[in-house]
Amino acid sequence: MASRAEERMQRQSARNGWLLSLPALGLLLIAALGPLLIIFVYSVLTPGQYGNVVWEFSWDGWVSILFTRDIFDGTLGLADAHLTIFWRSVSLSLMTTLATFALGFPTAWFIATRPPRQRGLWLFLITIPFWTNLLIRTFAINEVIRQEGVLNTFLLWTGVIERPLSIIYTDTAVLIGMAYVYLPLMVLPLFAAIDRFDMRLLEAGYDLYASRWQVLRRVILPIVKPGIVAGSILVFVPSLGAYVTPRVLGGGKNMMIGNFIELQFLAGRNWPLGAALSVTLLLIVTAALLIYVRAANRGSNPHG
Amino acid sequence: MAERRFEIGRIPGFATVAVATFVMLYLPIATLVAFSFNEGNSIAVWEGLSLHWYREAWDNQAVKDATARSLIIAVCAAVISTTVATMAALGTTRRAKFRGETFIYVAINQPLMVPEIVTAVALMIFFGMIKVATGYQGLGYLILAHSAFCIPFAYLPIRARLEGMDLSLEAAASDLYATPWKTFRHVTLPLLGPGILAGAMLAFVISLDDVIITEFVKSGGQDTLPTYMLGQLRRTMTPEVNAISTALLALTVMLLTAFFLLTRKRD
Repeated sequence: MASRAEERMQRQSARNGWLLSLPALGLLLIAALGPLLIIFVYSVLTPGQYGNVVWEFSWDGWVSILFTRDIFDGTLGLADAHLTIFWRSVSLSLMTTLATFALGFPTAWFIATRPPRQRGLWLFLITIPFWTNLLIRTFAINEVIRQEGVLNTFLLWTGVIERPLSIIYTDTAVLIGMAYVYLPLMVLPLFAAIDRFDMRLLEAGYDLYASRWQVLRRVILPIVKPGIVAGSILVFVPSLGAYVTPRVLGGGKNMMIGNFIELQFLAGRNWPLGAALSVTLLLIVTAALLIYVRAANRGSNPHG
Repeated sequence: MAERRFEIGRIPGFATVAVATFVMLYLPIATLVAFSFNEGNSIAVWEGLSLHWYREAWDNQAVKDATARSLIIAVCAAVISTTVATMAALGTTRRAKFRGETFIYVAINQPLMVPEIVTAVALMIFFGMIKVATGYQGLGYLILAHSAFCIPFAYLPIRARLEGMDLSLEAAASDLYATPWKTFRHVTLPLLGPGILAGAMLAFVISLDDVIITEFVKSGGQDTLPTYMLGQLRRTMTPEVNAISTALLALTVMLLTAFFLLTRKRD
């Protein structure tokens, strides 16, 4: 049982904890968390004529995520253009996740199985692109895949192709770009999981006559699963909210949700719809992160 | 033992994929850097080595202004976010877990979780209201926004440093009749120094790199380097963008190297 003095000290310690955190919380409330609440409010208001909103309650912002109102008879129909954008966002994000996993898993495995002295260097090589400006990396991949870019120049020069490949401004370009910029987000958690992996389990597997494929499927993958979940979420979440990469490589036509949100606000068309889309994106991301937290907790508990 | 562990972990094809991945990771960046030294005005056809585009960027008033703005914002954001993050880190480590601690932790890391485009739009609306109400259009909004989303980047390395710190030195100081403030000033702060510096550097890099929030929050004529570069997309791109990118890249790599040297565990 805690004595009264101890109890008082604990209470004081908690108060100091709050007091010390207060400036950070205040700043976040003004310039990050608080404004998010405005988005919720704006999603149920009426669009103003020249952008902005009129302060009248309306569900139209939410309804127009999926439906459009016919301008002649006022009936609701599915908004095909919107659905195309959602489908593109989700499918491109999933494909990005798969592509980064296909490349990232062998890479993380390779780094984790280097001799300890080299490992830091290889890891540093992954970290540099991770911290490098996303825009710069998108420009870099743009210079490689554009019409008169390095890839086409090289392929034409070697005679592999006769006409330049038209990759830029397609979904493929956005996919390549996102896989390129988000790859480090996959490799780092995978490495963390593989690094903890006890290599003696492999010996046990091989001693029991398992093939390499069986060892990979039945021993390695189940054990590093938390790392796989973490990496997948870390890639999927920013892919879904991507703005810069589709803008630079998709060329305005191949929009994703992020660009679609911008369109609602900057072209001054429909702020409530933009707000409703933002809330939707926020909810999907929150759901994904909850899955991540659960997987991460399971990962830290070896008996889970 | 190390030799054997190394062998057993070999999976055929993995090394090849890994090396190919590293090449793919660096080839585009290398291309970008290489063409910044191009003599001609193409970003795809090599016409000889020169510093032409660095001079071009250096003489460009718009680039100069954007650079100055980027640096002012990044320095302010780094100082502000590191200060509040240091306090928060001191408040949330090395004491008995208290009610609300998890809330504080989640709130501080919230900028890492919310998609940037959502925050950007929210800030555009909110700061838009304030701009109309007060008439103030200055850099303050950008500094405020950057300071906020840099907080977790400053907080995490400082917290990591605090958690690894030995409490006995501070206990010794108070045993020797040092006041809490003196203990903090002469024991805790010097020990925490590398963590704070590392946090500040990350915050600086993150602020310097930001595109989306800046793009939505800035008033007219407040381009930073990244938004200036994004704006160049509408024109024919010249190696000037490559030169700016390379300079930014060099700065980032330098800061990161310093960061790793500072946070490296000395075993």
